Amino acid sequence: MADPIISFKNFSFQYRAQKQPTLHDINLDIYPGERVLIAGPSGSGKSTLASCINGLIPFSYPGQCTGTLTVDGVDAPHSSIFQLSQHVGTVLQDPDGQFIGLTVGEDIAFSLENDCVAQPEMKDTVKKVAGLVGVDGLLDLAPHELSGGQKQRVGLAGVMVDRVQILLFDEPLANLDPATGKSTMELIDEIQEKTQTTVVIIEHRLEDVLWRHVDRIILVNEGRILADTTPDQLLSGSLLRDNGIREPLYLTALKYAGVEITPEKHPDHLDRLVLDEGDIRKVQDWFTAVGQPPEKPERPVLLEGKHLNFGYTPDRQILHDVNFVIHEGEMVSIVGHNGTGKSTLAKLICGFETPDSGQLLLEGKDITQDSIRSRAAQIGYVMQNPNQMISKTMIFEEVALGLSRSGLSQEEIRTRVEETLKICGLYPFRNWPISALSFGQKKRVTIASVLVMGPKLILLDEPTAGQDYRHYTEIMEFLRQLNRRGVTVVMITHDMHLMLEYTPRALAFSGGRLIADTTAAQVLCDPELTRRAALKETSLFGLAQKCGIDRPLEFVDRFIGYEESQREVKE
Amino acid sequence: MAAKTVLNYLPRKSVVHSLTGTTKLAFFLCFTFASMITYDTRVLVGLLAVSLVCFKLSHIKLREVRFMLVFMLIFLVLNNLFIYLFSPDQGTAIYGTRTVLCHLFWRYDITAEQLFYTLNITLKYFVALPVAILFISATNPSEFASSLNSIGISYRVGYSVAIALRYIPDIQRDYHNISQAQQARGVELGKSEKLWTRLKNAVTILLPLILTSLNRIDVISNAMELRGFGKNPKRTWYTHRPFRTADYLALALGVTLFAVSLTVTLVCGRFYNPFI
Repeated sequence: MADPIISFKNFSFQYRAQKQPTLHDINLDIYPGERVLIAGPSGSGKSTLASCINGLIPFSYPGQCTGTLTVDGVDAPHSSIFQLSQHVGTVLQDPDGQFIGLTVGEDIAFSLENDCVAQPEMKDTVKKVAGLVGVDGLLDLAPHELSGGQKQRVGLAGVMVDRVQILLFDEPLANLDPATGKSTMELIDEIQEKTQTTVVIIEHRLEDVLWRHVDRIILVNEGRILADTTPDQLLSGSLLRDNGIREPLYLTALKYAGVEITPEKHPDHLDRLVLDEGDIRKVQDWFTAVGQPPEKPERPVLLEGKHLNFGYTPDRQILHDVNFVIHEGEMVSIVGHNGTGKSTLAKLICGFETPDSGQLLLEGKDITQDSIRSRAAQIGYVMQNPNQMISKTMIFEEVALGLSRSGLSQEEIRTRVEETLKICGLYPFRNWPISALSFGQKKRVTIASVLVMGPKLILLDEPTAGQDYRHYTEIMEFLRQLNRRGVTVVMITHDMHLMLEYTPRALAFSGGRLIADTTAAQVLCDPELTRRAALKETSLFGLAQKCGIDRPLEFVDRFIGYEESQREVKE
Repeated sequence: MAAKTVLNYLPRKSVVHSLTGTTKLAFFLCFTFASMITYDTRVLVGLLAVSLVCFKLSHIKLREVRFMLVFMLIFLVLNNLFIYLFSPDQGTAIYGTRTVLCHLFWRYDITAEQLFYTLNITLKYFVALPVAILFISATNPSEFASSLNSIGISYRVGYSVAIALRYIPDIQRDYHNISQAQQARGVELGKSEKLWTRLKNAVTILLPLILTSLNRIDVISNAMELRGFGKNPKRTWYTHRPFRTADYLALALGVTLFAVSLTVTLVCGRFYNPFI
């Protein structure tokens, strides 16, 4: 075998500001032309590992390195970020944040500009690379005219102009809808095949990455490498689950049915999955045994939108004649691709914008003309990024902020805040500074600060975006508890697991129109709907078909019902 | 979403936009010096005409730069007021005569000379302002950076200015979103509140805004460094455009205006005196 292109030997790293090393004694070889996935929960050290390869560590984030790291023949910790950038191209997580140029062409050329490449040659290279990733028709467009997937392509082109040997993707799927995530993986696959570069992907969304073949998975947790093996091997054990990585849904279903997963069955992709007759029978038996979950009784209407039309400018209408109903005590997800009007609808509901025509009714009362603040008592809004909502330094003050003008006495405010903190499991931390909290806890604080107003409905924008499985479960279980206490929960989301597991009903949008109002399972089993709403068919659907179950939709429903009952048993 | 912007690049198809960044910078500097060295009313009126024509040619609407205009007008009024408060007879000192129009109180008279002097100052503002606004609003930020670079300023400085200009709309959008979310949890920022409370509440937006902006800076500076920004003492520019006839004409105009202003100042002095 050839020499490794990336080689860690007894490598440890400790950030200057931290007492403990973040990476311990890493030994890892990656070979030219390989595709390697580095997986691990948040805080596992996987991003630190990536930053060592591209030189952000130790050159931008200083600290202590021991052991050796060689990247494409370069002694990485003793070179420079610039020298490494000739060998490693990094595509960062946030496709917006890394867009430097004002147009696509300029952004792709950025690295060439810094290398003092003459203009005619620069234009040639840009054109060639843009063609390779399929953005050659877009060179003059500004970033805000591009879709998330196109931005990702531009980001990739921008590092490929350097003819790098290694492409490093730092959570490439985190900000993308499922359909775009899928095509991103296809793009990475295609580029790798064309250029034979080495591809390193950092992700925790395993099922989405495995949409295309990867050679190896490196599982990292607590700064150590726990596994370094093929996807088939790793998926056959329980290491992934034990370390907070979610396994593909079809495997979960197989395990429920009592099917033993072995590497020979090729569990890394549904299309390659080999099931013998015994396995298929087990799945069919399980399907019959579980039975259909009970129908939920119809509840009174809480919020109703009638013929809503809206556009920020008169010539560009965003929402077209939207009609919807939210019942009391429901958990509903709003899905659809970026820019299709989901967030705009949320703004109308909260009163940030007023519809051009149509009506919003809360418990039958017209609230279309009510101000933001007068709605605040009944409708709470939680932004995606908790850091954008938190404005006080202490938890208690933050949660109490909204009540300061409510006319309640100090004593009443104290009681209400404390009660809310108890519900949210934050009471023990009430006198803590917010900066000491984890992301998930901060999210709780923002939910608490909305909840304290006593709303009937809370609306959350992407509550789990960018979260690993543990944080995801923590946030969603908390929301479910709130929901059981009678709060109606509406979520804007891209997360198909969230839809399936937590929201019985989904509203799907496309092009500013409501195209479906049905069960989440139904949306995810309908190829036409998933395509229009930029989602991905759930792998459970494929599994059901593979096992010869003629009612795949019911299979999905039963799976969800079963999971829910399992969780209730645990509680 | 169309966030209202303070001052940023407004792309258009116009003669002014099609000039290279370097031309615009050079013209801006010539023009500003020309208007700075003289108080000669005749020259100022001439410059004002040029300035207004430039603005007209750019197809940028007044309301798009309203914020900047209002800001400068407040400055102008304050400037004139303080000149009058501290030296009510500056006009007399300059023009040598004292024509009292009416008496106010104590040592404050309104004199024709003082009014004329104030008029000249006001003219200077109106001469310089449109061209300055144009320089920022009609120059693509990347070209802005490369134009600063072309006159010898480090491209690092030029680029940071350009990036800052580019992020103004984003930060304004963040501000807007954060403010709406705060209102949705009962913090009043609307007009129904007293000014002092509104100011105090506006501070609650500041902390999250600063954190979000710092985060943005972190991401973009990592992205830039990973792609070799700052590697060499020099860099090339993708958007660089060659000089064309219009550029030479604009430069010639700038230099001529400066020369005229300088000549008039050297020959006739800085002030045009209609009182003698």
